[in-house]
Amino acid sequence: MLDFTTITTAIDQYLHSVMPAPAATLTECAIVAICAIAAYLVFAIVMIFMERKVCAAFQCRLGPTRVGFWGILQVFADVFKMLIKEIIEIKRSDHILYNLAPFLVVMSSLITFCCLPFAQGLQVLDFNIGVFFIMAASSFGILGILLAGWSSNNKFSMIGAMRSGGQMISYELSVGLSILTLVVLSGTMQISEIVEIQTQGWFIVRGHIPAIIAFIIYIIAGNAETNRAPFDLPEAESELTAGFHTEYSGMGFGLFYVAEFMNMFIIAGIASALFLGGWAPLYIPGLESFNNAMCWIPGIVWFLGKTFFVIWLLMWIRWTFPRMRIDQVLVLEWKYLVPIGLLNLLIMTICVVMGWTL
Amino acid sequence: MDINMIIFGGLAIVMIVSALFAVTSSKIMRATTLLLFVLFGTAGLYFMLHYTFLGAVQITVYAGGIVVMFIFAILLIGKGSMDITQTSIRRYLAGMATALTGMALAIYLIMNTDFHSDKFTADGVDMKLLGNALMGTEKFNYILPFEAMSVLLLACTVGAIMIARKK
Repeated sequence: MLDFTTITTAIDQYLHSVMPAPAATLTECAIVAICAIAAYLVFAIVMIFMERKVCAAFQCRLGPTRVGFWGILQVFADVFKMLIKEIIEIKRSDHILYNLAPFLVVMSSLITFCCLPFAQGLQVLDFNIGVFFIMAASSFGILGILLAGWSSNNKFSMIGAMRSGGQMISYELSVGLSILTLVVLSGTMQISEIVEIQTQGWFIVRGHIPAIIAFIIYIIAGNAETNRAPFDLPEAESELTAGFHTEYSGMGFGLFYVAEFMNMFIIAGIASALFLGGWAPLYIPGLESFNNAMCWIPGIVWFLGKTFFVIWLLMWIRWTFPRMRIDQVLVLEWKYLVPIGLLNLLIMTICVVMGWTL
Repeated sequence: MDINMIIFGGLAIVMIVSALFAVTSSKIMRATTLLLFVLFGTAGLYFMLHYTFLGAVQITVYAGGIVVMFIFAILLIGKGSMDITQTSIRRYLAGMATALTGMALAIYLIMNTDFHSDKFTADGVDMKLLGNALMGTEKFNYILPFEAMSVLLLACTVGAIMIARKK
């Protein structure tokens, strides 16, 4: 299987041979940053197009077909429309915070995006605390939403931001508990190691019942974290116009939109890395020739395939279920998901201690 | 110049400038946001020292917890009612005296502390070591404070529910 560390080491050695060490490090930082932002935007474009087509399929429509073949250029047309929109300055609002808020949201999701293991050795941030860092980085995106709602000088934005805050803080708990369940199973928090272990069988298979329960909790809570239906209370169109980003136009709105889609990609990416094996190919003990054949498929294909499968699941949920009320959302989290998650953590610990895992 | 010095300089400038503006800003929301950048800078310093656990804790607890709580409190109290409109000279003097005393104390402590820089390892602290120290029952382990903290948090939750519940 292709190990990307050979490529990155070669680039590193080349840069160190042509310039002094500090300059080489800074150049590497710049290259990595440009690649990460480019990948971030490419995936956002792919996902916005996918959302339109999947939504259309669920509603028995065709979706965009006019701009380019099969509507492929639709997203570029949308971005162009957004760029030529007027940026509206809101009266009696805090302009600094108003302009800062979208960047906080994007920063949070971009840092989390950098932790995803795309292939063997193809990962920007790989700390020994891995998954804990992902939770830390995704926890401050909510600040951007709160500031956006507050600085817009609009009561609907304010209500949307408060709802979003309550919802995201609550569901972070369930996400954390289900991730913790997998940390108990793997015995490490470093993402590259977690994926490495799964080359001997994916965790959703090895952890059997507790892992499947954790996966379901994670999918529900992840859907709520990204503020998408059936949990799209913060921007419930019929009640709050567009929630916290009502007053944003042009690219301010565009950044929130991209961040929302990329948060979904990140949720799906973490799900595929922790539960479905990340870049690890399908492994069935006893079938050596089959396993060798699977290893010929590159890791990045495995990772993206699993990630887009989970994204498709999330979109299926999005376009199937009706919106919940805010009290139902909070009751679901605090009275059902958190107790089940805690119990599940206990079951997983017992399974690991007794050696009942596969 | 060493790369670490450049990063340290950048972080230090961000932290000092944000801290100064946080203190001098008259708008409470801007002050909170600038405080957030100071906390990010501190987390950056921990990451620079390869102490990633403390850095992530700094971001989770302060940026994701305390600052969110501050903002919630400000939003619930009411818009703009906490903005500073005028400050008396006595307040200035008291604030300055406190700041100077704090700074003197900090400088004295930095000058007179042995930082054990020879024990610094570049590959960070192993998570297993930290986990065992937090949950261990041996000498110099922290199981008792850890459990006391969870009882305290439980008491806070019960108290919050009692206050929030209307008869």
